[in-house]
Amino acid sequence: MSEQHDIPPPAMSEPVIQSMAAWRRIAAMILRYSYLIKGSWPRLLDLWYWPTLQIVLWGFITGFLVEYSSYFAQAFGVLLGAVMLWDLLFRGQMGFALSFFEEMWSRNLGHLLVSPLRPRELIAALLAMSVIRTLVGVTPATFLAIWFFGFNLYELGLMLIAFFICLIMAGWSMGLLVSGLVLRFGMGAESLAWALIFGIAPLCAIYYPVASLPDWIQPLSWALPPSHIFEGMRAILIDKTVRYDLLLSAFLLDLAYFTAACWWFMHCLKIARNDGKLLQIGE
Amino acid sequence: MPDPESDRRPVIHVANLRKRFGKVDAVSDISFTVAPGSITGLLGGNGAGKTTTIAMLLGLVEPSGGEIEILGHPVPGQRHKVLHRMNFESPYVDLPHRLTVAENLRVYAMLYGVRHAAARIREICAELDLTGLLNRPAGQLSAGQKTRVSLAKSLINAPELLLLDEPTASLDPDTADWVRGYLENYCARHHAAILLASHNMAEVERMCDNVLMMRAGKIVDDGTPSALIARYGRQNLEQVFLDIARGTGHAAQPAKADTSR
Repeated sequence: MSEQHDIPPPAMSEPVIQSMAAWRRIAAMILRYSYLIKGSWPRLLDLWYWPTLQIVLWGFITGFLVEYSSYFAQAFGVLLGAVMLWDLLFRGQMGFALSFFEEMWSRNLGHLLVSPLRPRELIAALLAMSVIRTLVGVTPATFLAIWFFGFNLYELGLMLIAFFICLIMAGWSMGLLVSGLVLRFGMGAESLAWALIFGIAPLCAIYYPVASLPDWIQPLSWALPPSHIFEGMRAILIDKTVRYDLLLSAFLLDLAYFTAACWWFMHCLKIARNDGKLLQIGE
Repeated sequence: MPDPESDRRPVIHVANLRKRFGKVDAVSDISFTVAPGSITGLLGGNGAGKTTTIAMLLGLVEPSGGEIEILGHPVPGQRHKVLHRMNFESPYVDLPHRLTVAENLRVYAMLYGVRHAAARIREICAELDLTGLLNRPAGQLSAGQKTRVSLAKSLINAPELLLLDEPTASLDPDTADWVRGYLENYCARHHAAILLASHNMAEVERMCDNVLMMRAGKIVDDGTPSALIARYGRQNLEQVFLDIARGTGHAAQPAKADTSR
């Protein structure tokens, strides 16, 4: 029987063996989600459709505003840049949450949780899928923006990578939060995946500066990492200034939220285990 | 060389296991052992605590008290040391419907760290007559085919311990009979142990070396099928089950001191 399992070369130390096994299990989960996307053209189309539609819509709006507004004429691309960065955040969250929901919809979570896959490895696989789904979905839209509207997001240079990391981390935190809620309260909480991200959108200063919000809302806005990123983007596109302070504050906030969200997910898993919900959970 | 000591050690050792959901005692202070190479049946009506017991053994449900040791390791504390040596099948969980049979088995082979996964998948699919279904999405299979695929998944790592929750539910009598034969043969070939929760008395009577009768979260009796039938003065296990489930029957003879409890 044991001949069926990995028998590593004797020279390898136990931590190395464990680490290799963990990576193999994470790869197995990424393979599982890749099979799902590959085998379903509606899912693949869905990845591209919304980012592309957003770019087309906001591209025309930007074209109109540039013609009639001196503000947008000076800073062409602020709206399109905001739309694309917002999509990174949105896709980051949905990429995590939807991959997790797939396990609920297919009633497969029980099989996974009795396999050697550890919860932290499941989270790692979901994070990886979030990045993959986001890049697959948003990248074509960025090229469309260059070709169709002459706006090149890649002109943000290395800052784009920093923005991407901060925004996708914020998306992961929300994905973990929502997935934890689904573990805790069942699939009825699924709609929160959409509600939560659109609920915080007005506070994230995506299309307008934080200063334009009412005074009492501004602290709430500054407590959210995306607000720092969108302000940083505007600083580059309008003032031609790189605001490292905003980048640092966004990253630190992201770290705090991500740590709390991981704790929340594990806590909800523990409660679901205690309440006996893991075997029956599903649609 | 095989270790005779570990050959004799119980695959499952449960002592005073309890699970309370709110004010309900789903499992109350149960103790039992499962020997290597044996098939043990968990019998009881709906809500007797069978599925909760299996879920606690798997680590899917946190016990409220008591001890579980599987393959020499305490569970849930060290469950990750034994999960690759055991497996599970239940009608309460599915495999991803949109993945093909081959994709599902490939993913689980990776998760369980199966060496030579492609060869193992070919082997298990040949044994379970699934070769022709490898490229079919799991969701498009008949109930019987799905059960065989779930069984293939549960055997992908050639487990030393297999936990089965109603493995032949929804199967026609011919397929169910074939599955029983296959599982018996698997146990004999691999010296593997099976813990089987079932409502099918004929199945339990045929397959099990030992039966744990559960009612209202407690093990109310146990023994070999023939010993239970004799003890209750009945003709078959179904009559014993009805006696115990309805609380109408009493053992005609006292249970012998049972070494498995």
